[in-house]
Amino acid sequence: MELLLAKYNYWIYALIMMIGLYGMLAKNNLIKKIIGMGIFQTGIIVFYVSTGAKRGGTIPIIEHGHGEEVHEVIKALDYVNPLPHVLMLTAIVVSVGTLGVALAIALRIYTEYNTLHEDEILERVND
Amino acid sequence: MIDTTQFPALIVVIPLLSAFIVCMAGCFNRRLCQPLTVLALAGSCWASFATLGQVVKSGAIHYRLGGWAPPMGIEYVIDHLNGLVLVVITTVALLAAVFAKISVAEELPTRINLFYTLYLLLVTGLLGMTITGDAFNLYVLLEISALTTYALITIGQPRALHASFNYLMIGTIGASLYLLGVGHLYIMTGSLNIADLAVILPELYSSRAILVAFILIMVGIWAKMAFFPMHSWLPNAYTYAPNGTSCLIAPLMTKVSVYIMLRVMFSLFTPAYVYQYLSMANAIVWLAVIAIISGSLLALAQKDFKKMLTYLIIAEVGYMVGGAWLANEYGITGAILHILNDALMTLCLFLAAGAIIYKVGGQQLTDLKGIFHRMPVTMTAFMVGALSMIGVPPTAGFFSKWYLILGGIQAARWEFVTALLFSSLVNAVLFFRIIEIGYFETPEDKGVNEAPLSMLAPLLLVAVSLVVVGIYSGDIVSTIIQYAVPKGI
Repeated sequence: MELLLAKYNYWIYALIMMIGLYGMLAKNNLIKKIIGMGIFQTGIIVFYVSTGAKRGGTIPIIEHGHGEEVHEVIKALDYVNPLPHVLMLTAIVVSVGTLGVALAIALRIYTEYNTLHEDEILERVND
Repeated sequence: MIDTTQFPALIVVIPLLSAFIVCMAGCFNRRLCQPLTVLALAGSCWASFATLGQVVKSGAIHYRLGGWAPPMGIEYVIDHLNGLVLVVITTVALLAAVFAKISVAEELPTRINLFYTLYLLLVTGLLGMTITGDAFNLYVLLEISALTTYALITIGQPRALHASFNYLMIGTIGASLYLLGVGHLYIMTGSLNIADLAVILPELYSSRAILVAFILIMVGIWAKMAFFPMHSWLPNAYTYAPNGTSCLIAPLMTKVSVYIMLRVMFSLFTPAYVYQYLSMANAIVWLAVIAIISGSLLALAQKDFKKMLTYLIIAEVGYMVGGAWLANEYGITGAILHILNDALMTLCLFLAAGAIIYKVGGQQLTDLKGIFHRMPVTMTAFMVGALSMIGVPPTAGFFSKWYLILGGIQAARWEFVTALLFSSLVNAVLFFRIIEIGYFETPEDKGVNEAPLSMLAPLLLVAVSLVVVGIYSGDIVSTIIQYAVPKGI
């Protein structure tokens, strides 16, 4: 139980990822697969963002940090770690790009086969 | 004298900027696209050769992007291993771009500018993945190359759509698992720079999070390189892609992934951890054996000869992964040499296939009747590629297979040696079947109908280079590859 509660963010991300993976692999409808992919990638983003967070931490902007002399000691512990968040900005851009390409392919599949169900597409393809 | 210190950046920046230029130029005049692409890749190719020469002369190069010092900044690191891979990528991309001119003009007449823009972006992604010394930067470039590949496959015939969609799903899972693994490494170490990670990690090797990170990264890369059992997306995606696309992605995508695997195994982690601490090598060599045997057998079952070649790629991935996990110097040398050789011979076979499809108009084996009479030059080059694939000396394929077999014998992995010999045998059957159809069955029209020069020139160049690389493979190993193999295995 303690293991569950102490690292609950990891359990949540693993759960989200598994839901997404299930959608990607088990669903028959291409749009549902794409939704699964979105959930899967969100799981990883949640994982990264949660690793940077701290209880009681504040935004990592140092007061009077720019140009002026700093009089107090800066405690890194008081600030959340911005790096994973910045990394996730890039990862979000990548996942939006992937989503766009996936939707574009799904659109072309729909205009070509007039369906989004994988088994019907496979039937047509194998003829 | 030209200032060579900026060459590492130029290798990647030239194709990246040219992609935008080609896109713009294509709006005014589509005929400008292909020459501009070739010009850009020639520049990048020159820079990569010069960089490799510098590495051979004076050791690894560290290039700081924007002057920021690692581990905060991103650095490019070029050593003997990726110097060689960079040369392979730029050379293959250049030759495939020369070849693509006519094939793209015929297959995708309305999308020429889009094709070359994506082509350059894909090459940028592959080069960036190879050259970077930063684990997260690698992920971003991995996705750049993946996204452009999906588009380049889909750009052609409708049959490619579903194959490309499948590839996108598996590719995204692979890249995401890699990202997750890097996340684990970051939590444990607080660093993303590969050299920095390599310093911090050894103290943490007993941690289970590091083990999970290693496995996630490996599985992610294997999904990307179509290693058995995650190979099912590859044949259809590569078969139904336009010929201009498949000539680029078939030789390069899997090979670059193999390079990433070697980089993770030897630069990010240490051979001692990978081989001795983890007891995975045994299982992975077995997977490689299954990949080689199933790839070869499925190739034998194909009626479509382009699809047959794609199944051979799966078998070749098994060669390289198996060689890398044999855990001895011969095996790793063989795997690295095979990255070079396999890129060249796959390029040779796909260029020949592209020329044949352009002239004959079909890609079934039955379309090849009398092809030796109709396209003698193309088929000569094709046979050089085929002999190299079988592993006949003095072609390049023989030497890397020789190292791999020596590695298998030294490690006493007889199943791997058997699989290599079996696959050579199956390759011989495959290509002699083509000779039988192409040489002994009479065509309907007997006149010589050879492919145009812009297709033949790169094809013949690759065919010759297969023999030249084969003859000089001893020198390549002693000047470059032996420094890329980690010491003290």
